[in-house]
Amino acid sequence: MAKFKKKKDGELPQASTAALPDIVFMLLFFFMTVTVMKDNSLMVENKLPEADDIEKLNRKNDRVMYIYAGKPVEGYADKFGTEAVLQLNDKIAQPSELKQFIHAERALRTEEIIPFMMTALKVDKNSNMGLVSDVKQELRKENMLKISYLSVKPAQ
Amino acid sequence: MAKRSIPEVNAGSMADIAFLLLIFFLVTTTIEQDNGITRKLPRWEDVPPPNPPVIKKKNIFTVVVNKNDQMLVEDELMELKDLKKAAIEFIDNGGGVGTEGEKCDYCQGERSESSSDHPSKAIIALKNERETTYSTYVAIQNELGAAYTELRNREAVRLYGQGNSYTRMNAIYKDPKVKDDALKAKLDTRLKKIKKMYPQIISEAESKSN
Repeated sequence: MAKFKKKKDGELPQASTAALPDIVFMLLFFFMTVTVMKDNSLMVENKLPEADDIEKLNRKNDRVMYIYAGKPVEGYADKFGTEAVLQLNDKIAQPSELKQFIHAERALRTEEIIPFMMTALKVDKNSNMGLVSDVKQELRKENMLKISYLSVKPAQ
Repeated sequence: MAKRSIPEVNAGSMADIAFLLLIFFLVTTTIEQDNGITRKLPRWEDVPPPNPPVIKKKNIFTVVVNKNDQMLVEDELMELKDLKKAAIEFIDNGGGVGTEGEKCDYCQGERSESSSDHPSKAIIALKNERETTYSTYVAIQNELGAAYTELRNREAVRLYGQGNSYTRMNAIYKDPKVKDDALKAKLDTRLKKIKKMYPQIISEAESKSN
């Protein structure tokens, strides 16, 4: 019976790591599908106000157009001042430039979606209402009446 | 020549590569969901309409926020925590008849003569100054919205039973994963009915410039 090697007592067989890549790939695909790429970097402070009577907004929904507002972050403060400003796409802008922005956003979408477009206002909670009022005024002039004040749920 | 066996490719580093990719995606992507208070802005009028409809003062619930973030409700100073209750009392008063001449038979308010006639006539007018802080404004909008939600939930539960609150039905209706068209149609009629009972009329007036 010399053919059969006697197993050494107490030695565990090595765990196979062959399935590890598969597991990691699965995780990878999960994250690739559920997440959204950061599309633009923020040049303004953006701490959202707190509210609990809120509705979900789908991020992958192409009906939504985003307007950011807040104080310029460090590095931009010397260029744009310390008062709250708007950020449209990658640029710091004035409320008067909103009209152009809305037209550009409309041009990106198909004809059927345009009447259902809505605006998501991502405004820093320490901003003044003056800026927000100016934005609302411009939106009304352009007939973009559906808006959403984006906010976060307060921590319990 | 003797047959050479093909050497096996070493797949040991595969996991490392996949981990690298995984970490890259973890860092560059966001999983956060946007939540917000949705409101509808009034239409822009280049010229004010010639004959604006006359609205009785008792049907308007004025909320004014000043630049120090203090709130005046119906000309009286009020704390934020009391706003929801006051708004519900005003909307749910039902002292008179609605826009179509009907009485509010589902209102549970005091039916006082000096408060709103009917939920369909009750207007909440929110005014702010340019210096008002945005977070205060959103907190007030939130409380006003919550007042309507509470009333709508109450009626939904009364009409359709426990577990069919307005918030829940709305969430199911808006969920893109729910594909059941018959259910959606049913929810749509229910939601429309409740929205008609308590229409959300919040007027966001232009801010005063001082």
